[in-house]
Amino acid sequence: MTDIVAFQQRLEKAGYIAEPSLAATLLLFTELKRPLLLEGDAGVGKTEVAKALAQSFGAPLIRLQCYEGLDANAAVYEWNYQRQLLAIKIDEGEGRSSADKERHIFSESFLLKRPLLEAITQPQPPVLLIDEIDRADEEFEAYLLEVLSDFQISIPELGTIKASSIPYVVLTSNATRELSDALRRRCLYYYVDYPSLDKERRIIHTHLPQVGERLAGQVVAFMHALRGMDLRKKPGVSETLDWVAALLRVNVKKLDDDPALLMQTLVCLLKTREDRDAITPDVMQRLAANAQ
Amino acid sequence: MSARQAQAPPASQLDPLVERIMEFLALLRRQGFEVGVREGLDALRIAERCTLLERERLRWGLRSLLCGNADEWKRFDQLFDAYWLPQSRKTSQVQPAAVPKQGGLGTGGAGSGGDIAGADRAQTGDASDAAQEGTRGGASWQESTAQTDFRLLNDPREVRAIENLAERLARRMRRRIQRRQRLARYGRRIHLRRTIRASLRYGGTPIDLVYQRRVRVLPRLVMLLDVSRSMNLYSYFFLRFARGMLGAFDDAHAFIYHTRLIPVSEVLRERDADKVKEKLGVIALGWAGGTRIGESVQAFNQHYASRLLNSRSIVVIMSDGFDTGPATLLAEELRRVRRRARKIVWLNPLLGRAGYEPLAAGMQAALPLIDVFAPAHNLDTLAALEKQLVNL
Repeated sequence: MTDIVAFQQRLEKAGYIAEPSLAATLLLFTELKRPLLLEGDAGVGKTEVAKALAQSFGAPLIRLQCYEGLDANAAVYEWNYQRQLLAIKIDEGEGRSSADKERHIFSESFLLKRPLLEAITQPQPPVLLIDEIDRADEEFEAYLLEVLSDFQISIPELGTIKASSIPYVVLTSNATRELSDALRRRCLYYYVDYPSLDKERRIIHTHLPQVGERLAGQVVAFMHALRGMDLRKKPGVSETLDWVAALLRVNVKKLDDDPALLMQTLVCLLKTREDRDAITPDVMQRLAANAQ
Repeated sequence: MSARQAQAPPASQLDPLVERIMEFLALLRRQGFEVGVREGLDALRIAERCTLLERERLRWGLRSLLCGNADEWKRFDQLFDAYWLPQSRKTSQVQPAAVPKQGGLGTGGAGSGGDIAGADRAQTGDASDAAQEGTRGGASWQESTAQTDFRLLNDPREVRAIENLAERLARRMRRRIQRRQRLARYGRRIHLRRTIRASLRYGGTPIDLVYQRRVRVLPRLVMLLDVSRSMNLYSYFFLRFARGMLGAFDDAHAFIYHTRLIPVSEVLRERDADKVKEKLGVIALGWAGGTRIGESVQAFNQHYASRLLNSRSIVVIMSDGFDTGPATLLAEELRRVRRRARKIVWLNPLLGRAGYEPLAAGMQAALPLIDVFAPAHNLDTLAALEKQLVNL
């Protein structure tokens, strides 16, 4: 257990508060070198895990944001066509053989590395964050699986590039699409839930140390009650931090001070019209009064 | 604690632990977890790192290794406790005295065999076993299986006919929808104007080809199946139908509800019919009880709707509309579903009966919110629905 606690502290230094179970998983992740799949609602801090890992390892963070229609060009590599065309024009007068020319314009200096290629050609193992993998389509997922199992990428014109270092791969998913079993099997899995009262309070203190103990406690209790309500978009941790920053800005010392002012600050938390309608001043006051 | 941890477990103690872990993995495998050889090896590596007292550490490690989705994640702790903490199980459930006293992971070495078998049996809730040896203890889940009448699910000939028909129907519907998608794919051509525009960057050489986007037309199916007592005659029929649909549609999701809402897509996707039965046995608690449709739809809205519902989702509710909860709640929640989903289909098995009028309060409240309200008590009525469903 001592190593788990030590790892927790390392993460905390990097600005991330982790439960023991998450720390244990992350420790395992560094030992087994399997990719880690993080799932959970939007705003629970999945991306932050990768950032904190990179920082605590002192490793570079390479991020690949997935989106629908993401293809190999955007994820792996692309040739720098402009430079190639330019090089062809410059070479026109010279008497080099065409095979020579071809080798030249398809050499590594004309290759634009995209995140996946970049990640496996680092001298030091980086943290590769593949964000929102569920947004990419299945073909890309299958391709990714291949890269993650072999850690090599073949480029037809150039040959196969083997990994110089195996990156720490963190995938995140909002579960908008069911991921393939093959991918799930390759990965360690962790379900990131909304933080507990205590954890969220510590997060607030880490990011905004100037917050009073009382306000932090109230905010955290308020947030928990709010997430328990039937909202269309539940506020995440970053919303909490935004809100606390806003409360500090307008000098609110405790939540039950000034309902009208508090109501105005709720724009930080409620992001759809339905949710705004659901939290009437009465509801908010009740939540604030209960949040002691 | 830390002083004791520092000592590595002696080799003689480790071997039974390995055995116990392998047995635990076998239990998870029967529960539908994907546990391959690689996972087994990694699980042992995790166990090696844990001293005998670090049960939580073992839990966290194995949980991350062996779970693949949120559903498994939520089930894992229960299974882990049931296997590694037999005593706590015993206190919470009626348990025969025959099971030897067991001290969790700490004493996992000697004499654990009988207990493991007990926990294992209880977990898998094997229905046929329960039927043969109804008096065997150690299985509160088994009892619920026995109460639930799964004979219908197992009646061979009729069932096979129904299953085949349901699957064929689902496949036919799928084909129709797919054809549309294929047409769209043919329409996936180069967008000339954009391509020429993009070629300007390269001095007029069209290097970046711009394609026209393919239109996704396959709808997402979300099925809510009523398995309360009043639906007893039809729930198996609907379950089989749902199973066919899950197999035929890539993007389909099924839930059952009675007084609670339970996701069953994973269970129904299981290829082996016996295993489906087995797993349904585990979740059969409360099967064929009262209905709270409103609350169940509310639970759906709270936990799943944001993920599952979008403008191409079709929500299919299979229920007779007898609700023990307030009808206003059902109407309110259906309104929410409607706002997010494309269409709501309500299949009512009673509608086919002569002289039936949808007078149940729940049904009355729901009617104005439903796009397709149709009878479905046998395959003919379902087949008749095909056109309506395909054109949704």
